Amino acid sequence: MHLAYPAVLAALLFCTGLYGVLARRNAILVLMSVELMLNAVNLNLVAFDVWLSEAAQDTLHSGQALTLFTIAIAAAEIGIGLAIVLAVHRNRGTSDIDKLRDTAEGPEADGPDSDAAAAQADRAGKAEAAA
Amino acid sequence: MTLAVATAAVAGVTAAAPAHTAHTALTGAAAETHGFLSPTGVEIAFLLVGLVTFGAALVTVTTRQLVHAALWLVVALGGLAVEYLLLTAEFIAWVQVLIYVGSVVVLLLFGLMLTKAPIGRSPDADSGNRWAALTVAVAAAAALVWVVVDAFRTTWIDLDGPAAGSTAVTGASLFQNWVLPFEALSVLLLAALVGAIVLSRKAKAESSSPPVNSRATPGGSPTVPNSRNHSIGRKGSVSGTDPVEATSPGKATGSAVATSQANATSPVKAISPANTTGPAVPKPASQVKPASPAKPKPTGSAETATDLAEVASGPADVTSVPTEPGSGPAEAAADGAEPGSSPAEPATGPAKQEGAP
Repeated sequence: MHLAYPAVLAALLFCTGLYGVLARRNAILVLMSVELMLNAVNLNLVAFDVWLSEAAQDTLHSGQALTLFTIAIAAAEIGIGLAIVLAVHRNRGTSDIDKLRDTAEGPEADGPDSDAAAAQADRAGKAEAAA
Repeated sequence: MTLAVATAAVAGVTAAAPAHTAHTALTGAAAETHGFLSPTGVEIAFLLVGLVTFGAALVTVTTRQLVHAALWLVVALGGLAVEYLLLTAEFIAWVQVLIYVGSVVVLLLFGLMLTKAPIGRSPDADSGNRWAALTVAVAAAAALVWVVVDAFRTTWIDLDGPAAGSTAVTGASLFQNWVLPFEALSVLLLAALVGAIVLSRKAKAESSSPPVNSRATPGGSPTVPNSRNHSIGRKGSVSGTDPVEATSPGKATGSAVATSQANATSPVKAISPANTTGPAVPKPASQVKPASPAKPKPTGSAETATDLAEVASGPADVTSVPTEPGSGPAEAAADGAEPGSSPAEPATGPAKQEGAP
């Protein structure tokens, strides 16, 4: 088999996942796109492992071992990621990553930013009163 | 690249055999028995399954129905498993089916369900930077495909002979050369499991803490109608010293209990906000475990003090009667909670301050 077939497919899948990460708004859809990117990397690893095991007499099979590791780490990542998304949804009522701008710098100070600033100021005043 | 184009131009009009000879003459020894335009059966199957996989991936990232995106992801991941089988990596293929299709997609569907994702079309599935993302993705795809095709155009995988990625070979390699990373990976999975449980459980404990405090309500003072504060104060006074009653002269029954706790280190430790109006204050900030008297973080308790100032009333002029010298800081803390209080609501005192003597 020509090596360009899996390599080109992996490149296309990776760029599809890249588009999904950049363009999606729901956090779970972003996680799906990350899974696509990881799978593209896995396809590359498997294809090059099969190629090198024949062409370079590689007996270490590092490609397949790394593929298994990547799959396991992706499973851990999706678990942690979904836990974080659920915690954010429980606290904020949304999983829309465009609305989670608490740490963003910008000229506009609306929404949660102003609330956080007010809470900060109030907390400072409270500490002064207590001291 | 030019070689391939020339070969394609030759082979496009002639039969396969002369194209094959021309191709071998041009590309040399690396491509002795292969050709672009005489694809093997494995290559055709790979191409077809690859088209299905790529199409499913495209639908996954572009559909506006969230559940459909997860289901198309199943098609894409299953297609990739078939590609692994065509590359003779059978163990990886079944691991892919088990973990991705079996667990990851189910996790994603559960996540969609638990975050109350809309079932039908959601018009705001894509953000505003869609065209910038499309530009970046197309540019990256063009660059990657060009580089990859140019780099590996004379490289062939030899799939004949013994399977290079069979389960026996993979297992022997994994447990001879990769044992230490394999075991370290199990520790990582354990850490991820514990981390996910902790992330999911902390908020649950916070949401269940107000009923615990409201269960101790009968210990409160009978003079105040909403006496949950007093229950907290009694609980605090068990471990501390004696409670200090502070009465508001504006109302006959409105009062506040200031508890000076002997073992506290900060002057203002915890002020119970949500218990003044009940455990179900819908503000998100009030979920920061308001009612635990022994909370060691002064920042969180100060934040709850601000919430308290919004919901509490009556403490506009709290005159705390000090029964011991340790109640001085508690009075100062009561003064600190003063400005936000509104006298409209009856009998919800500002609760409980713990002061260090």
